[in-house]
Amino acid sequence: MTRAPYYLVLGILGILSIGSAFAEGGAVAEQYKWLTFEVFGAIIAITMYITYWAAKHTHTTHEFYAAGRSISGLQNGWAIAGDYLSAASFLGIAGLISLYGYDGFMYSVGWLVAYITVLLVIAEPCRNIGKYTLGDILAFRNHPKTSKTVAAISTITVSTFYLTAQMVGGAVLIKTLIGIEYEVSVIGVGVLMLLYVVFGGMIATTWVQIIKAVLLVVASILLVILVWAPYGFSFPGYLQEVVNNVGVQAQVKKLLGDAAANMSAAELGQRFLEPGLFLKDPLDQISLGMALVFGTAGLPHILMRFFTVPTAKDARLSVIWAMAIIGGFYVLTLFLGTGAAIYVGSANIAAIDKGGNMAGPLLAQYLGGGPNSQLGNLFLAFVAAVAFATIVAVVAGLVLAAASAMAHDIYVGVIRGERATPREQVRAARIASVLVGALAITVGILAKGQNVAHLVALAFAVAASSNLPAVLLTLYWKRANTVGIVSGMVLGSVTAIGLVMVSPNMTYPMLVRPVQEKVVATAESKLVALQTALAKTTDLAAQEPIKKDILAQEKAKKTAQGMLDSLGKETKSIVGLEKPWFTLKNPGIISIPLGFLGVLLGSLLFREKRAEEMWEELYVRQNTGIHAH
Amino acid sequence: MSSREMNWSKIRADSRFQDLHRKKSLFLWGLMFFSVLYYFLLPVGAGYFPELFKIKVWGVINVGILFALSEFIVAWSIAWIYARKANNEFDILTKEIVENAHRIGD
Repeated sequence: MTRAPYYLVLGILGILSIGSAFAEGGAVAEQYKWLTFEVFGAIIAITMYITYWAAKHTHTTHEFYAAGRSISGLQNGWAIAGDYLSAASFLGIAGLISLYGYDGFMYSVGWLVAYITVLLVIAEPCRNIGKYTLGDILAFRNHPKTSKTVAAISTITVSTFYLTAQMVGGAVLIKTLIGIEYEVSVIGVGVLMLLYVVFGGMIATTWVQIIKAVLLVVASILLVILVWAPYGFSFPGYLQEVVNNVGVQAQVKKLLGDAAANMSAAELGQRFLEPGLFLKDPLDQISLGMALVFGTAGLPHILMRFFTVPTAKDARLSVIWAMAIIGGFYVLTLFLGTGAAIYVGSANIAAIDKGGNMAGPLLAQYLGGGPNSQLGNLFLAFVAAVAFATIVAVVAGLVLAAASAMAHDIYVGVIRGERATPREQVRAARIASVLVGALAITVGILAKGQNVAHLVALAFAVAASSNLPAVLLTLYWKRANTVGIVSGMVLGSVTAIGLVMVSPNMTYPMLVRPVQEKVVATAESKLVALQTALAKTTDLAAQEPIKKDILAQEKAKKTAQGMLDSLGKETKSIVGLEKPWFTLKNPGIISIPLGFLGVLLGSLLFREKRAEEMWEELYVRQNTGIHAH
Repeated sequence: MSSREMNWSKIRADSRFQDLHRKKSLFLWGLMFFSVLYYFLLPVGAGYFPELFKIKVWGVINVGILFALSEFIVAWSIAWIYARKANNEFDILTKEIVENAHRIGD
């Protein structure tokens, strides 16, 4: 066992070198890939050493799930930020801002405000009465086995949605960045993360998250300094430049289409700083906002972080640090996104990745001196390594949460009960981690090519509609009981998942086909015109832009054709609908109130002696921390 | 569970606990209500009152940008206000109750 970590490091480096052998293409130039692997290798080496050290201190469930309550408030704050700032939020939001301006920035606000709910009503009470899992909190006064079972199902559901989005999104990203094959990176990320979790438990997971968050924040600050310095750090001066930028104006013109016909260049630029370029339906926005503000406090992997600190006061401190770090990071993304728009150009960003995920990495490359410079490629390689570390850190936290639900709630809590020895419990935790890890890798590979972007929103929606009402009312409402939480959790999650299944998130062949057919037709006619133009031009310099246009049109045609081919002869969506039945992408506005209603009605219809008897103890303990362990 | 030795109902009924409970509930739920309300002004404003958000205030900076930035300031301020209140008041009241917990109910 003591030598194991060294072999593990060798194994991982082996996987990575295989990865680099496969790695062709991607944004990082061939001759600089070694740097990405070097930086990432250094991260692996450090985190493996920590895992080795953590493994020696991980003998009990107390250590495996909760790091022996040895994490300080400041450390936990960084770890929460590391857990929360997934690739979707650090690359995705900068990307949205680079393509859509104001709407992208507005989108980021909800992710921070979410922590106010965590801070005010969730973190400290949960630390005071909880042990390791969501199930422990619910089982305090509700029927233990029933509440642990529903909590475990909900935890595993939410974590799997989130996990799938991370695995698929992450692997696609790594392919775009460094060209590693999709399957190789899914397996690489999966195996690496499993080593941290299985051997180092919560201690190793926490440090992986801290290291990643520090790297991410440092990298972002450096980039923002480079973006902003030319304008003497003047905010209006910098935004004036954004408005004046020709590329930004062209992007707005493209987004608005006919509506932009009578707008001056200045008006087009200004429009980038105004709402409405991306988020069309305000109701959908409010619905998403509800899922974020109420869902974060119900995410099992976030809740779990509060069990790693010694006292409720440290739990409070960790949320405050997390809010400072996460909020500060989102303010930085305003500069990263707009910086990418003016330096790299919105059109160039969208050409590489439609969702804009490459905005941050391309900006780094530009600021270092561009695609042909050494420094530019060093910067890009570094950002790619941070992206890699991000995915591993987030996935590790999710796997630990799902494994704790499986081992601690189901196996120990429901099946074995008091008979489980401490040794057996730790073994169960490790086996569950391996199972969840294997599940994550399998799902990651099976979901290749699927659109999984809505899964993160779905994870938040289920957490907000199922976990939050159950936890909140268990903590604060005297009449809450088992029937209540079970009906609330079932109603909330079934509604959230059901509404997404019939929402515009799904693929509707009848709606997609005409749009894509039109894209193909347009591209074809443009290609004909371009070919004619090319034939007429003899000037080599003039031929270049035409050739570039031809390539772009061919790519557009190929993508659309690919979509049409994948539709085949289907006419109905996965649940057999021709068009969406529910018009919002985010179900929160319906499912969250229903989740609360379920708990209220269920509790009022049935009385439960134990739930009422335990109320005074729970209420005193959640407020004072007496007997918190 | 060893917690049985405590008389929870007596502690719950104790005037010091009642005092903590009253102060905390009012403060926390008040702050919570305000923060949720303030947050939803952003999507509501951007969605239903875009003309207001477009008004330029300082160079090209408009109401919308200032309002979005104010969300960050407000969120951080709430965290700061809560931390102060909890450190200076709630923690002291709680300590008093915890130290006397065994005697309450004897």
